[in-house]
Amino acid sequence: MIIAENIIKRFDEQEVLKGVSMEFLPGKTNLIIGRSGAGKTVFLKILVGLMEPSSGKVWYDKVDFFSLNKKQAREIRLTVGMLFQGSALFDSMRVEENVRFPLDMFTNLSLAEKNKRVDFCLERVGLTGAHKKYPSEVSGGMQKRVGIARAIVMEPKYLFCDEPNSGLDPRTALLIDELIQDLTYENNMTTIINTHDMNSVMEIGDNIAYLHEGRLAWQGSKDQVLSSDNELLQGFIFASPFLQRLRAAALKTS
Amino acid sequence: MNFNLLYHIGRYVMLLRQAFSKPENWSMYWKETMRQMEDIGIGSLVIVALISIFMGAVAAVQFSYQLDGTLVPQYYIGYIVRDLAIIESAPTITCLVLAGKVGSNLAAELGTMRQKEHIDAMDLMGVNTAAYLILPKLIAALVMIPLLVTISAYVAIIGGYLSTVPTGALSGDDYERGLRAFFQPRNVTMMYVKAVVFAFILTTVPIFQGYYVKGGNIELGKASTNAVVFSNILILLADYLIAVLLTG
Repeated sequence: MIIAENIIKRFDEQEVLKGVSMEFLPGKTNLIIGRSGAGKTVFLKILVGLMEPSSGKVWYDKVDFFSLNKKQAREIRLTVGMLFQGSALFDSMRVEENVRFPLDMFTNLSLAEKNKRVDFCLERVGLTGAHKKYPSEVSGGMQKRVGIARAIVMEPKYLFCDEPNSGLDPRTALLIDELIQDLTYENNMTTIINTHDMNSVMEIGDNIAYLHEGRLAWQGSKDQVLSSDNELLQGFIFASPFLQRLRAAALKTS
Repeated sequence: MNFNLLYHIGRYVMLLRQAFSKPENWSMYWKETMRQMEDIGIGSLVIVALISIFMGAVAAVQFSYQLDGTLVPQYYIGYIVRDLAIIESAPTITCLVLAGKVGSNLAAELGTMRQKEHIDAMDLMGVNTAAYLILPKLIAALVMIPLLVTISAYVAIIGGYLSTVPTGALSGDDYERGLRAFFQPRNVTMMYVKAVVFAFILTTVPIFQGYYVKGGNIELGKASTNAVVFSNILILLADYLIAVLLTG
């Protein structure tokens, strides 16, 4: 479990996060949603430890992350996997080398053992014939899969995904969502996804947090989104007239 | 302005301090060092040979023209080309060129890694990115650049030979006599001191510029340009200081 406690982040005079507190549960897909500029990315970077908050705490299973020394923080980091928005695959390495990188760096496994783990992860994300290809030789959707394979190769307890669907067609986006959700349930990971893809919200949102202007404006599950009377949330999710009509029809039916 | 300068110097020193940490995995660092040696060393061989042969050739032709009709013996051309190559052109000119080639490449590589979140990805995995991304490049440069400078000095001397002896401006014996005349081993020491210092500058300054890039392509371009400009200025400054210290 990850708990964010009263996170405040300022850049010079500008306060981007204004005291955000949240709990992210294991075995659930926890979604952070919000408009562009709401502070989602900054919040995710603070949760993952890439940025320090101006004040507030982030707890990884009762451990205050920002009170740790470098060595202790590294121990926590070895239990974290992350899928970046642009996949962040190393261009000079082949797909298999990208996935194997954390194993090469942090384990004493033999090459055969590492390759076995890489094969397993690539197979799990549905990429069996891409081992020898470079990132530039595979599609955007495949790069995301490689990114997920690399994120899970160390069997993390926590998985972070920053805009996993950006730049993908709706069908591929759905496959990526399902893959992340399946992996979360299989491994009982605490998964935190930063997104503004409404399909993701309605498909895999076990626990959804809506950020608005640096504050937590709403929290609930995908089943509670439709019936919520939070105007900010409804204005965000059902932004277009078409979606508003759909919501009205859905509520009428239910 | 002064505050900014101190701030950047402080960040540069802190980055280097972080870079000199115990590697997480020696074999990964070794592999990366070998890759960088190939990039920096083998990748720069042709350009270094090309500029060196012309530096030697032009120096020999110019001095041959200057000494023509004077009482200075012709064999001095070999002596001047040799010392010019060893003391100045091989370490300084080669490193100025390498600051352009290797330096801009390092700044662009690290800047792109920063922009494409590769550095964040490594940080998140627990990799000491300052060490993993800097140390292998620095070691590779400190090994390969003195070797390139040595090759440059030899090639410049060959260039001087080719531009004067086959054209009849000087006999082969005279050129060889000049090469053997007034030789001072400490000049070679000076060449290697310069090579090592310049290698350090032309690696760490661009790495610093690339590692902290913020923004988009314009900032990346600026970082790459700054890397070359600042490296060149620091190389020339260091060249002067070394000359004062080692010849005084």
